[in-house]
Amino acid sequence: MTAPFRLPGRGLVDQGTDLEFSFDGRRYTGHPGDTLASALLANGVHRVATGIAYRRPRGIMSAGVEEPSALVQIEEPFPEPMLQATTVELYAGLVARGPAGRGRLATAADPARYDAVHAHCDLLVVGAGPAGLLAALAGARDGQRVVLVDDQPRPGGSLLGTAERVDGLPGPEWAAGVVAELAALPDVRVLSRTTAFGHYDDDFVLALERRTDHLGFDAPAGTSRQRVWRLRARRTVVATGAHERPLVFPDNDRPGIMLAGAARTYLHRYGVLTGRQAVVFTTDDSAYAAATDLVDAGVTVAAVVDARTTVPEAWAEQCARRGIEIRAGEVVTGTSGSERITRAHTAPYAGGRLHGPRRGVDCDLLLVSGGWNPVAHLYSHARGALHYDPARGAFLPTGDLPNLRVAGAANGRATLADCLADGAQAADAPASTRASIPVSAPVPATEPVPDQTPGLVLWSVPDPAETDGGEPRPRFVDLQRDATVADVLRATGAGLRSVEHVKRYTTIGTAHDQGRTSGVIASGIVADALGADIATLGTTTFRPPYTPVAFAALAGRDRGALFDPVRVTPLHAWHTAHGAEFENVGQWKRPRCYPRPGESMDRAVLRECRAAREGVALMDGSTLGKVSVQGPDAGELLDRLYTNLISTLKPGAARYGVMCGVDGMVLDDGTVIRVAEEEFLLTTTTGNAAKILDWMEEWLQTEWPHLRVTLTSVTDHWVTVPLVGPDSRAVLAAVAPDLDVANAAFPFMTWRDATVAGIPARICRISFSGELAYEVNVRGWEGPRLWEALIAAGEPYGITPYGTETMHVLRAEKGYPIIGQDTDGTVTPQDLGLGWAVSRKKPDFIGKRSFTRAENLRPDRKQLVGLLPEDPSLRLPEGAQLIATAAVPAPPVPMLGHVTSSYRSAALGRTFALALVKAGRERIGDTLYAPLEEGVHPVRITDPVLYDKEGTRRDG
Amino acid sequence: MTLADVEHPDFLWRNPDPASGYDVVVVGGGGHGLATAYYLARNHGIRRVAVLEKGWLAGGNMARNTTIIRSNYLWDESAAIYEHALKLWEGLEQDLGYPLLFSQRGVLNLAHTLQDVRESRRRVYANRLNGVDAEWLEPEQVAEVCPIVDISPDVRHPVLGATYQPRAGIAKHDYVAWGFARRADEYGIDLIQDCEVTGLDIRAGRVVGVNTTRGRIAAGKVALAAAGHTSVLAAMAGLRLPLQSHPLQALVSDLLEPVHPTVVMSNAVHVYVSQAHKGELVMGAGIDSQNGYGQRGSFHIIERQMAAALELFPVFARAHLLRSWAGIVDTTPDASPIVGLTPVAGLYLNCGWGTGGFKATPGVGWCFAHTVANDEPHPYNAPFTLDRFTTGALVDEHGAAAVAH
Repeated sequence: MTAPFRLPGRGLVDQGTDLEFSFDGRRYTGHPGDTLASALLANGVHRVATGIAYRRPRGIMSAGVEEPSALVQIEEPFPEPMLQATTVELYAGLVARGPAGRGRLATAADPARYDAVHAHCDLLVVGAGPAGLLAALAGARDGQRVVLVDDQPRPGGSLLGTAERVDGLPGPEWAAGVVAELAALPDVRVLSRTTAFGHYDDDFVLALERRTDHLGFDAPAGTSRQRVWRLRARRTVVATGAHERPLVFPDNDRPGIMLAGAARTYLHRYGVLTGRQAVVFTTDDSAYAAATDLVDAGVTVAAVVDARTTVPEAWAEQCARRGIEIRAGEVVTGTSGSERITRAHTAPYAGGRLHGPRRGVDCDLLLVSGGWNPVAHLYSHARGALHYDPARGAFLPTGDLPNLRVAGAANGRATLADCLADGAQAADAPASTRASIPVSAPVPATEPVPDQTPGLVLWSVPDPAETDGGEPRPRFVDLQRDATVADVLRATGAGLRSVEHVKRYTTIGTAHDQGRTSGVIASGIVADALGADIATLGTTTFRPPYTPVAFAALAGRDRGALFDPVRVTPLHAWHTAHGAEFENVGQWKRPRCYPRPGESMDRAVLRECRAAREGVALMDGSTLGKVSVQGPDAGELLDRLYTNLISTLKPGAARYGVMCGVDGMVLDDGTVIRVAEEEFLLTTTTGNAAKILDWMEEWLQTEWPHLRVTLTSVTDHWVTVPLVGPDSRAVLAAVAPDLDVANAAFPFMTWRDATVAGIPARICRISFSGELAYEVNVRGWEGPRLWEALIAAGEPYGITPYGTETMHVLRAEKGYPIIGQDTDGTVTPQDLGLGWAVSRKKPDFIGKRSFTRAENLRPDRKQLVGLLPEDPSLRLPEGAQLIATAAVPAPPVPMLGHVTSSYRSAALGRTFALALVKAGRERIGDTLYAPLEEGVHPVRITDPVLYDKEGTRRDG
Repeated sequence: MTLADVEHPDFLWRNPDPASGYDVVVVGGGGHGLATAYYLARNHGIRRVAVLEKGWLAGGNMARNTTIIRSNYLWDESAAIYEHALKLWEGLEQDLGYPLLFSQRGVLNLAHTLQDVRESRRRVYANRLNGVDAEWLEPEQVAEVCPIVDISPDVRHPVLGATYQPRAGIAKHDYVAWGFARRADEYGIDLIQDCEVTGLDIRAGRVVGVNTTRGRIAAGKVALAAAGHTSVLAAMAGLRLPLQSHPLQALVSDLLEPVHPTVVMSNAVHVYVSQAHKGELVMGAGIDSQNGYGQRGSFHIIERQMAAALELFPVFARAHLLRSWAGIVDTTPDASPIVGLTPVAGLYLNCGWGTGGFKATPGVGWCFAHTVANDEPHPYNAPFTLDRFTTGALVDEHGAAAVAH
């Protein structure tokens, strides 16, 4: 079935295939190759949207990405808000509607996939129009690696919308031939439906490829819907064409008012007539081709209204031959109609004023052309400076950038021949950097065009109401934001002089088209109003993206589990099989506890604690960060990084160490063992591993590059299993028969290499629980075998796996802080009671200078203490604040400290907590108060070590 | 009425040429400089004031932030000045006679790890004792406040709860600046644009004027409020400031029907988002790591931020990025600002606000004006001295418990 405004046999759409679609609840038919806009126009539908502020009917203004008006909501196959009808390729089953200015998000999750690809090339050409095709061709024939991106489904750019011939061929056919040659070359990649949307530092260009959108319901599930191309190009040619500028006059927003070039595109590319009776309103020559083409296609052109008094002779002759009336020196001063324009009003115009009577002319289509704006967005992103060309009324690129050239209409070239010639040599490197012979392509032949008559720069047509006292009519500058000339004048009247202020005051240029049609016009109106020079006023800044990009496309594959890598240890499968509940610690999954069926976490933790204190227990400690420090100056580096002395450590021994920031605040802690004279292995807290390695590298590389040290992360080389409890020695002895486990032979803070369950292992006698404990380290892949062997050997002792929660309780009973939980970046080693780990002998180390600052010597610094709630069953919430009085005074209430860790203790038979409290050590024995949601609770300050203060248990 | 949503006053400000001298010259015509000028006149009767702006008024960070206003900071010093600001925000539309689209829609700060939970609850307890409204919400309560947040436990970084400050919210940044500017102009204060300070005239340890691209201007006092560029200005007085300037990017989506009733911030997955009055989603993330004054960020930061946004808000998948940009945040070693006196008599500093500058605007203006007028700090900015980086009396807001934005 042929739609009423479709010309059989015309255009590049497949009229032999019908596509059913629905818009605003009505069913229509279009064809492959249509956009939603062209299909609607073919069916005579011009009104597609409603203005957001004034609720006026709105139509289709353009045929491309510059569309400021026809924003639609896709409902099916999947809801997507605010797409330009002019850029939505038609597919069967499309359901869309025209909203009133705001889109609607789906409530369901988007089922589509998105991804990203990196590509590198010698030459990136953006735009497959005449200039871009020749640039790509020249580069490709020269043997360069070329990527050509173009936002349309087929190449040709402006050639798709005109009847011009190149090398004797219809434009689209010529373009297809060029692309065929390019595609056959091995080092050329042609990406259609791909919009370059941003240029970033170091010649990095982002482009969005729409891979399956045009397939609608038939999109294959396994193919990504959209793909972000991250293109790094040695050189870039921007051949992105130009956008026609609308004209601003009273009631310039009615459906049926359209850019002249767009009507031509609908005719030639889509075989669609945009009306039966047209009026053309122009300030330059280009719209005449639209007028003559339309007449030749059967449209009546009632008048060409040319604001210039001198009309182009050759075009005047063409018009005369077709019986088109030219109203020279006239402008359109208003329109009539509601759902669609029915009449245009014209009046003589000169010197910025209207003269003489208005005349009406009936029409259902008003084509407008106010000149052309080069699409210089990528050039601007790359910080290219635009300059104003008064003859064109446009801002043009000012010369080449080091690795970026603009070519064709984007570079201000007006005719096809000029665009081709400009593109042909654009692939060539700037003369200053050129090493070989210049690169260019032969310029194909084009048909002669009439000489150009200078255009008239007309930012807005005066409202006749200003002179005849009638009702003023809105003159829209930004259709999507419903902002008018009056709004601009109000802004300048308020004292605003910067176009950025005017943009913000009026919201012009902030909608989907980001000022593509409105930006320069707004600057022009401001300049006129202020009597200023638009050249110095400039335009607002072009910012990425050039066209809107879906959030999901930018997120790409980094969703769900891939949002952040999940790290698990080699023992993870065992933990899962044995009912572990996991906790996220950094990127790691760590068992928090191993509740038995029906057991609460609290009870599980008490059980695990009891096992560690009374029998034997083991945990997976593999996530602790591990850094191998090697080289002749390894000890020296560690002396500078840790607060205590490390270089005196003997091979075979281990030492606890603290690192501080330059401010003297605790950054991390862990153990260091000396493996050999020039080799140390240190551990970090799990969450800080990467940060600490970075920290060490930063000092090593930027401050002390002369130190002969290398740092290597070996975190996941090892499986680390602390074996804890009074029976741990017996269990270890059972699996390591060759190892002398006696206290004297293998004392605390030493390490031994031994065979454990037949596996080479390194065993450190260190303890984070206060119990007798051995930390068994084996190569990662042997971890599961070690673990099973320890479980088996420990079975007679009731060996119990435990998780991070139990680890926290055990260490808190001993007053051992966890960096990052009991500290917050404002706590010194002395505050934690770790003053013993701060060297007084070393000449310098990071943080040392800060320990002598006034603030660090204050007696009322917050110090780590223990807390016993008066109610032994009350587990204080971590984070609770502590105050001096039982009654809470009016805010601000002085706070003396806060609870950093809080647990139930099996060993103590009650709850307890750790806290940072001002002058805490002096307050031991005092009572403070914790105001909680449900009441104020007294707590007694204690020493932070609440269990085995003498430390007798760690030797078994 | 246009989509601007508000009826702007007919007149905002004059565009005067600089006079030969002023009692106070404020350098920097952003939100802070304009608010300072306004409160100098309003609270202290000082009207011979000029605000010098090298570009267009409020075109720096004031035009580039994501407009979040809250006062739920951890430390007493921070809570005091931000809460002072919030109280001023609550009366500001009336005070300035300007519609600021100030909307107390609340702010959720999400917790994603057990340590986040500890720190969040600590902050809630501290806020309450400091008289700042704050609540701890469990995940289901988070969903009641903001139904589109994905609280399912199966996501990579599940929401374990959130702090909620109901009085927090957003305002329209430009209108705030214009509101202050208009009132300052009414007081006779000269707002001078396209006027860059090129030198400070210091004689016998006292500042007596500024050299500018529009000539020399004599000044009784000079108040610097130029964000990261304050370093450049202070260097003219021989002062070295501990500031690092980084790009911080932000972005907006297309206009959408209302879906997001509050403000959501997440440090763990690095994104914060609200929906502005017109309907666009306004979003920001972490800072770019490189230093510099170029208002230009890196694209991977945006990609990462979108991934984070979709983790929290799966329904945002097909919203579109319409425009992105970068501001320059001036950060200090303890992530708290520097507001106060300098070793040069008559020269005052306000800088280092990092990501917190917008929400503090009226509070800063109030306190900085007090500092300039009385040559001594207001109690609320007294802790934020320059010499704390020597004494160690830091107000460390990026310690574990701090919220980055």
